[in-house]
Amino acid sequence: MFIKNIAQVFRELSKQKLRTLLTLFGIFWGTTAVILLLTFGAAVKANSSKTMHGMGESICVIWAGRTSISYGGFPKGRNLSFYKDDAQYLKEQVQLIDDISPQYSRQVPVKVKNKKQNFNINAVWPEFKEMRNMVPRGGSRFINPIDMEKRRRVVFIGNEVEKTMFGDEDAVGKLMYINGTPFTVVGVIIEKEQDGSYNGRDKDAIFMPTSTYLSIYGDRFVDNLVARAKDVNKTEQMKRAIVAAMAKKYRFSEEDTQALPIWDTTEADQFLNVFFNGFTTFLGIVGVMTLIVGGIGIANIMYVIVEERTSEIGVKRAIGAKKRVILMQYLIETFAIAAAGSVSGFLFSVVLIWGINQAPIEEFVGVLILNPAIAVTTIIIISIITLVAGWGPAKRASTLDPVVAINS
Amino acid sequence: MIKMENIRKVYDTGKIEVEALRGVDLHVKKGDLITVIGPSGSGKTTLMNIMGCLDKPTSGEYKLNEQNIKNMNDNELSELRNKEIGFVFQNFNLLPYASAYENVEMPLLFAGIGGKKRKEKVEYILDKVALGDRMDHKPNELSGGQKQRVAIARALVNDPNIILADEPTGNLDSKSGREIMELFVDLWKEGNTIIMITHDPRAKDYTDNFVNITDGCIV
Repeated sequence: MFIKNIAQVFRELSKQKLRTLLTLFGIFWGTTAVILLLTFGAAVKANSSKTMHGMGESICVIWAGRTSISYGGFPKGRNLSFYKDDAQYLKEQVQLIDDISPQYSRQVPVKVKNKKQNFNINAVWPEFKEMRNMVPRGGSRFINPIDMEKRRRVVFIGNEVEKTMFGDEDAVGKLMYINGTPFTVVGVIIEKEQDGSYNGRDKDAIFMPTSTYLSIYGDRFVDNLVARAKDVNKTEQMKRAIVAAMAKKYRFSEEDTQALPIWDTTEADQFLNVFFNGFTTFLGIVGVMTLIVGGIGIANIMYVIVEERTSEIGVKRAIGAKKRVILMQYLIETFAIAAAGSVSGFLFSVVLIWGINQAPIEEFVGVLILNPAIAVTTIIIISIITLVAGWGPAKRASTLDPVVAINS
Repeated sequence: MIKMENIRKVYDTGKIEVEALRGVDLHVKKGDLITVIGPSGSGKTTLMNIMGCLDKPTSGEYKLNEQNIKNMNDNELSELRNKEIGFVFQNFNLLPYASAYENVEMPLLFAGIGGKKRKEKVEYILDKVALGDRMDHKPNELSGGQKQRVAIARALVNDPNIILADEPTGNLDSKSGREIMELFVDLWKEGNTIIMITHDPRAKDYTDNFVNITDGCIV
């Protein structure tokens, strides 16, 4: 009987082709808008977070700054520096630190065969890999503890370095002359999105063990430190502990905010979250507005259907249909129309998302993925709107006076 | 079976009140065949609607099977209409998109009767009105007389105590009209209680139990 009824609805709808088409289009377009806008929001967020995390996730980059408060007999304005053993010192002093690495860097001429160019050389510990997202390409590796121990002359290079110096050739296993000293390339970084950096992009840099670096250049000062907390939520405490430990060692005030500048990427994460939640909510509201307009269209067409079938409703009531039977019938029919519109909208969105992903805009919006949460949210929103849209006409149908209805 | 005492029905149209029934007393016993006659606008249909529990009287007492309908809510009245009363209308009032079978099946669906029993009952009753071979036909594929038989089958399918027919032959040619009239008489002879509004003079050939309504009163 329900199937019969639904078939009847579609028959009646087909009598009003244009009006039905416009109504269905409202829901169709609303569904498409909600899905696309939410998906777009999610993709942009994921993309931004991916490119931001290209530099590493939840890390702190620490520099030696300049004191701004006089302390322990020292005047303010004193320049601080990190030394070779500071990373080790902090690792021992601050329990909250999971990984830490010093980072030395300098511009150095590099030569491969006849090509010669200056590159940024970074000397780091093996721990640097996980913190800073240094993912080696298949068949290659980052510098490891044995390299450190044996002061091996090995380098891990950025993919752009490989391209510039080796062309299309695979650099792994080949020699590279850095300041005249031969090094073996043991790894190349995979291509990655990175929109935050200090000291240049990783794709343009060369990495080597600190032990090797110091044996050649013997720098006194460490350029900066990179550290990560054991628990992301304790990053704040870790930062305070680091400042306290260094303040003790180098005798500056713990309150001195300029002595130890720290770039905490978790702060940016939090901002990004708040920003994109707002952005996605806004897009969602725009989509929902479109759906509400579609819902008004459905309510309208259902009122017309009820009007046209008044006499039939009267007959049904006369032969014993209870009010709730009529109410349910029209609600189900409303849902059938909404389902037709939203299913086609859903399929259209899937096709559209596929199409958008083919376009060369990945760099800006990332890959659109229709995730289940968005699908479920859309279904819930459509259901609520349909219920509200269908309630009025269905209520009207069920409360018609049978005597009046039969004779209409 | 039907006991009406001093039934009054007033329609309030806002500006003026129309008194459709002014104190009607009517008793119907089981097995009666009653014909209601009267000029148009006399209140016949209003009386029928009240008898059929589609409408409630403004005042007066109506008892159907010893139940006072005054205190019943809409659900109870719907159930009463479904189980105790069978309606036959002048213009058939079949659902145009449903087959004869589906039209007859409808009251059983509202009564919540199971599939197998439903099928048995629908087929039995359609055979009885001689439409066993037209079950799958839509109303527009049936003649006027056949449509009215479907409507009668729909009225009978739930074994009601009373059949109410409002001008059942009014839209039929004379031959079909006679057939329908004979069908009603057969049903009456089987023991059904039938109340029929009609202008059809042939009714006199079958029954002399008339109720004549004029200006909302039985005369």
